[in-house]
Amino acid sequence: MNDTSQSFVKFEKIDKSYDGEVLVVKNLNLDIAKGEFVTMLGPSGSGKTTTLMMLAGFETPTNGEIFLDTKPISKIPPYEREIGMVFQNYALFPHMTVAENLSFPLEVRKISKPDIKEKVQKALDMVELGNFGTRFPAQLSGGQQQRVALARALVFEPRLVLMDEPLGALDKNLREQMQYEIKHIHDRIGITVVYVTHDQSEALTMSNRIAVFNDGVVEQLSTPDILYEKPENSFVAKFIGENNTLNGVVREVNGSSCTVELDGGFGMVKALKINVNEVGEKTQLSIRPERVSIDNLTSDSNNFSGKIEELIYLGDHIRARLDVCGNNEFIVKVPNEGSFQHKEGDELKLSWNSEDVRALDL
Amino acid sequence: MEVPISTAELLTTDGIPLKQSLRKAERRNKLRAFLLVFPLLLFIFVTFVMPIGDMLLRSVDDSQINSVFPNTFDEYKNWDKGADELPPEEVYKSLFFELANGDKRQIGKALTRMNYAKSGWKSLIKKTTREIKKIVKKGEEPVSYKDTFIKINKFWGDPTYWYSFNQMVNDRSSIYYWNALDRTFNEDGDVVLQDEKRRMYIKTWLRTFKVSVYVTIFCLILGFPVAHLLANLPLRYSNLLMIFVLLPFWTSLLVRTTAWIVMLQQNGVINGILVWLGVISDDGRIQMVYNEVGTLIAMTQILLPFMILPLYSVMRVIPKSHMRAAQNLGAKPVTAFLRVYLPQTIPGISAGGLLVFVLAIGYFITPELVGGKDGKLIGSWIAYHLKTTLNWGLCAALGAILLGIMLIFYWLYNKIVGIDNIKLG
Repeated sequence: MNDTSQSFVKFEKIDKSYDGEVLVVKNLNLDIAKGEFVTMLGPSGSGKTTTLMMLAGFETPTNGEIFLDTKPISKIPPYEREIGMVFQNYALFPHMTVAENLSFPLEVRKISKPDIKEKVQKALDMVELGNFGTRFPAQLSGGQQQRVALARALVFEPRLVLMDEPLGALDKNLREQMQYEIKHIHDRIGITVVYVTHDQSEALTMSNRIAVFNDGVVEQLSTPDILYEKPENSFVAKFIGENNTLNGVVREVNGSSCTVELDGGFGMVKALKINVNEVGEKTQLSIRPERVSIDNLTSDSNNFSGKIEELIYLGDHIRARLDVCGNNEFIVKVPNEGSFQHKEGDELKLSWNSEDVRALDL
Repeated sequence: MEVPISTAELLTTDGIPLKQSLRKAERRNKLRAFLLVFPLLLFIFVTFVMPIGDMLLRSVDDSQINSVFPNTFDEYKNWDKGADELPPEEVYKSLFFELANGDKRQIGKALTRMNYAKSGWKSLIKKTTREIKKIVKKGEEPVSYKDTFIKINKFWGDPTYWYSFNQMVNDRSSIYYWNALDRTFNEDGDVVLQDEKRRMYIKTWLRTFKVSVYVTIFCLILGFPVAHLLANLPLRYSNLLMIFVLLPFWTSLLVRTTAWIVMLQQNGVINGILVWLGVISDDGRIQMVYNEVGTLIAMTQILLPFMILPLYSVMRVIPKSHMRAAQNLGAKPVTAFLRVYLPQTIPGISAGGLLVFVLAIGYFITPELVGGKDGKLIGSWIAYHLKTTLNWGLCAALGAILLGIMLIFYWLYNKIVGIDNIKLG
């Protein structure tokens, strides 16, 4: 959405190594526009938190430069960067009340007392904790502490807010509620947010764009819908959402589509050519479970059958694990419309559109 | 549906009152818990409560002398000091028989006590007893006991001796406490300062305080960075460092103290190095041991672990993200340390401080060995009276005052910091 605007945060050829032997971050190039909500998503150890710490100033890039508002920031100490941050365990100061926690960044900036009071109250009201100023962090619930941490990161009007898995310690319901709250606050005040998480649904819910990290490299940087519907490689396809895979070899390339012969002689599949180049290349096909239809033979050549291995009743839909073309982890979601009569062991007729199958790297 | 709200006792399903049922159910557990701690309770009672109680009683106990001279003291109470210069005849008479028939050992003990009240009593009574024994042996009965006494020794006509009886006639006496504070009773029974040359306790008390406060401060200054390092180094290095911190615990206190003598004495290691480096001349060797400086150095080293360990245990649980958060919020590292880190270490500082101070104030071996004449602390006096003069009453009083001071500090600490904040590990 902000692709056209000038980049506000710019990572340029960033490498990071702690021991001189292993690169934790490899050649990172990332542009973040002003007002954008960008999430760094990836499994633990993928370098996303390191990247965030470099931006905050607690780690130094081994190579490359980070620009904030077109100025290089490597030489600026963390306390002069004017970047707010919400830490994983909030890092609220336990010996200060909520109000004192919030005044702290203002006091060190030598802002006048009445101004501090006003700003603190405004920040507390923003996170709906207006009456909690005199409490100590230990007297608050996890969700309230989370909000205080958020308010503290915003109260001094930083140029940028970083969040390092801020919802990791909350239970599921609260986490979802906080996701919306953070998103709404972002929408309201329009601040640039860089968010780190390993929870893909969190990333999909909140972000304008998501950078998927794997092993120190950004695999794909895109909006949530494109990331989910059009993954560019098998890591992203597997990491974001549920994904069925079939392995094969490319037999024919035809413009943007290709034909793949499945391993084990199960037949040919027509697919979109995404991350393969030539005939004879090995490939992994990716199909989302909800794009597979059952007992519907109207689509083009991708018609297969699978044996039901397991049925799991989930209320709104029934999750069927099938054995399809040698893959017994093939998942299909059947909407619970009351017409599904099959049992475990039955053969199902399956089909999918060739636009929904993506031929990716193996 | 209407829910009946009753204020009556809650009942279990079987109709027994709930509280009674709960008591019954919990009785076994309570009994078991009590039996588990009982040996410890007994142990503490026998080895801690009883000795301390006995000591506290001893510090005010004056009953021994009352059991030796019961009649004399009874008669003495009838003496009208305003009317007569000397006590009445009955006093002399009772004393005559009590000296003549008394148990020699008991009288000996009583004499020691009498000498605390007024020096000179011991030799006076000893001489007099010899003479009285002679008189009794001859079978004579003196016409006037008073005159007989005065004939034996003219001091029996000196009322100041008799006045000093005044402080011994009760079973309880505060004399030891006053002695422990360089005070005594005068002839009228008022509290006055001791003779100038006998005043040493106040001086020692003050020195004990001074040394304890300094040792606490030095331990804090030296221990804080070490504890911080311990808490923040990678485990591999911090374990090694921890061994160095704990090493003193595994070495005999005596060895460590004497090692300090070797290090600090005038011909010791440190002076040797300084002379070798040319920092000081051979004649200008620094006196670092057998004085207060030596006491301070050695005690600081010996008590340092007691400061480091509580500090470490507190610092270990302060998340590293706090300093980062403070800096991220715009605080310079120094501000972040002072406003975010330091306040969170207060439980450790106060626990370590209290521990070191309490240990230092009652310290004995180290000051005794390296303290010399002007580095001795109050513990040395307690040991001296316990072993050399056998003045256990004074020992007990000194100990009780020490205990009282500690309790006052404990109370102050609880008022200011709160005892719940203490963290020892």
